Amino acid sequence: MNEQRQTLLDFMREQSDKLLSQALEHIGLTFISLLIAVIIGLPLGILIARRRNLSGTVLSLAGILQTIPSIALLGFMIPVLGIGPKPAIVALLLYALLPIIQNTYTGVIGIDASVKEAALAMGMSRWQVLKKVELPLAMPVILAGVRTATVINVGVATLASYIAAGGLGEFIFGGISLNNTNMILAGAIPAALLALVFDFLLSRLQKYNLKKVKTGLAVLPLVVLALASLYFIPSAYGSKLTAGFTPEFMGRQDGNLGLRSKYGLKIHTVVINDAVMYKAAYEKKLDVISGYSTDGRLTAYDLIVLDDDKHIFPPYYAAPIVSEQALVKFPELEQTLNLLAGKITDSIMTELNYRTDYLHQAPEKVAEDFLKQVGLYKPARSGTGGIVRIGSKIFGEQYILAHIYNMLIKGYTDYGVSTKTGLGGTKICFDALANNQIDFYPEYTGTGLIAILQAPVKTVNSLTSDKNKTYNFVKTEFYKRYRIKWLTPIGFNNAYALMMRQKQADQLGVKSISELTRYLDK
Amino acid sequence: MIKVDRLSKHFGAIQAVNEVSLEINEGETFVLLGTSGCGKTTTLKMLNRLIEPTSGTIFINGRNINDQSPEILRRSIGYVLQNNGLFPHYTVAENIAVVPRLLKWDDKKIRNRTYELLEKLHLSSGELNKYPNKLSGGQQQRVGLARALIADPPVLLMDEPLGALDNVTRAKIQAEFKNLDELKRKTIVMVTHDIQEAFELGDRIGIMDKGVLVQEGVPADLLFKPANNFISDFLHEQRLQLELQSVKLADIWDTFPNVVQQSSVTVNAKDSLWHAMEIFTSGKAESIQVTGTGVASRSITLEQLMSAYKNYRHE
Repeated sequence: MNEQRQTLLDFMREQSDKLLSQALEHIGLTFISLLIAVIIGLPLGILIARRRNLSGTVLSLAGILQTIPSIALLGFMIPVLGIGPKPAIVALLLYALLPIIQNTYTGVIGIDASVKEAALAMGMSRWQVLKKVELPLAMPVILAGVRTATVINVGVATLASYIAAGGLGEFIFGGISLNNTNMILAGAIPAALLALVFDFLLSRLQKYNLKKVKTGLAVLPLVVLALASLYFIPSAYGSKLTAGFTPEFMGRQDGNLGLRSKYGLKIHTVVINDAVMYKAAYEKKLDVISGYSTDGRLTAYDLIVLDDDKHIFPPYYAAPIVSEQALVKFPELEQTLNLLAGKITDSIMTELNYRTDYLHQAPEKVAEDFLKQVGLYKPARSGTGGIVRIGSKIFGEQYILAHIYNMLIKGYTDYGVSTKTGLGGTKICFDALANNQIDFYPEYTGTGLIAILQAPVKTVNSLTSDKNKTYNFVKTEFYKRYRIKWLTPIGFNNAYALMMRQKQADQLGVKSISELTRYLDK
Repeated sequence: MIKVDRLSKHFGAIQAVNEVSLEINEGETFVLLGTSGCGKTTTLKMLNRLIEPTSGTIFINGRNINDQSPEILRRSIGYVLQNNGLFPHYTVAENIAVVPRLLKWDDKKIRNRTYELLEKLHLSSGELNKYPNKLSGGQQQRVGLARALIADPPVLLMDEPLGALDNVTRAKIQAEFKNLDELKRKTIVMVTHDIQEAFELGDRIGIMDKGVLVQEGVPADLLFKPANNFISDFLHEQRLQLELQSVKLADIWDTFPNVVQQSSVTVNAKDSLWHAMEIFTSGKAESIQVTGTGVASRSITLEQLMSAYKNYRHE
């Protein structure tokens, strides 16, 4: 493993295979959905131009679809279409619909009434009027709509990696999770370039001599079809089992990289967001997933953790990390946060996670119940002594911890609290802390060691067998480098783990990662 | 040629056209005249089924127009629009060739016919590859007419064909249209709100008001035998000029003195009084020689012309 600082070009060269296949997937996703959106949107736009009374309804429906946040829309798709390209394509096409319908409608109704009348009066049939007069005259406006839709699709397609549909989002979100700027840029720059290139090409087509648009019109679907088919090139391989890993896990030494180098695990892998990963495993869309050992869904979905017999996953003991400025500003903060030290074990955390992730109880309620149970709960005091800003990453466990800390601070001090929950991955959360946007957030020793400090492999190997060594190392280094202090660990170890369905693991006789590797090599 | 029987069109509660009956003879130019909203355009558009009537029937050449599909019907009826309605994405040549392409003519036939029309309509072949927006308003209207005429339809409908042109261009094109032999053979129905234009171009004129055809007849009938006050009021402002234009020298021939003087200016008896007046007022001659009723010519002075006209009016 290269331990020096890599340049962006080095990274792209090293990952060129992956970059190419992601870019092809990205183009493919964009154009499959675009093609379907045109097939649906164009006739619909023409229809509502003919029957104006329908236009309000159709356009507002398409408008509403447009306002649904992309992640939410992808989320809605999963129960219906599962994971992978299908839901991604459907979500993308829904976004592309509005500009296409809208512009077709605007283009067709914008044609001079006397021109349409002349076409009819010359003896053209309705179909001939459409083909020879309305479509060619509306074409520049329609193409403008297709152009908008293309650019939207290139952007939204980065989110496809959340649901195992691939694309350049794998690098972007992997990079954000791993605090790897090169990786982010290796995804973001090609994505931006794709948007610019397609926008430019379509703008050329739009400005083309009106005559030649006719030929362009015939060629365009073929080009789109060709681009759409790119999606299927990279995924033309398979293995006995399919693994779904988060973008973060994909790029980590204590993740997929370690699995390959230390275990020699070769498995067909898709990239997926952890919010949908467990369910996908439960529904047999995936066989092996990368999860967290305290995740509540482990019990809910009847999954088992494979034994990490070669110890590639370092300990992930959670502890609040606080900026030095905040400790000075809020003298009572450290002792308040340490009230939780050692109070939450693995099994308690799994239980709490189960209640939020699976029983869908509100994190506030789960936090309050827990504090009452262990006798730490106190009603809120005045909140007049300045505002402590709590951050959290974007998953259930962090929400619960943020709420517990919130209640502790309000109950035991006079400070007020503002919570900034859902700060994406490690990089976003840590940058917020380092740049004084938040005062503290709960971090894990392993994450601190590998993702933030980016400790060399040798160091990692020498530390990860012992939880105290890891904790002491990150504590010292964080203070030295960032003036950020690790407080006492909360107690549980939320380490990475590979998981399988209990039933399948039993059938295959797989209990550890080594056994999984042997099964796959057979 | 065209027979319209008790034609009505209602748009909701509005009676746009109410029980209009008409007969238009072959080769005749019939002008529908009236203010905006009188129903003249609606009536015109029912003739080629751009608008379907609420009730009533239309026969063209003895055949009910509902007996064939609107597309086929329209290919045999030329149509000229006020704003020319040329296809902006087609060149002049392609615009002119729209109907022949629908009729599946071969390229050679289309080309020959196009060049024939270009010459008649004073368009140069250099315009053929231009797009309509590069042409002047007058040229656009000529191309619109060429498009309507190319398949030589027996019937031509014109909806305010000169309405969008400035006065100078309009007078020029009006004169050209009048002398175009292609148009002389056709049965033409034209809509206009311009009284001068109607009297200039129409063999017969129908004046419409509030969806009703109030009176129809030759120009002189409308002037000298108005059906009611509406008609005489409608024509009031331009009466003198219209009268002088609509009365032909032949109409008052009998009251001319039966003498012949050699004169430098000769006019035809089919010309209007207006035409003769223009010669006198331009000072070209003291008397003019009128020829062409088959018998000998007669000469008249301005005074004799005016008294003959006075007599004619009081008859």
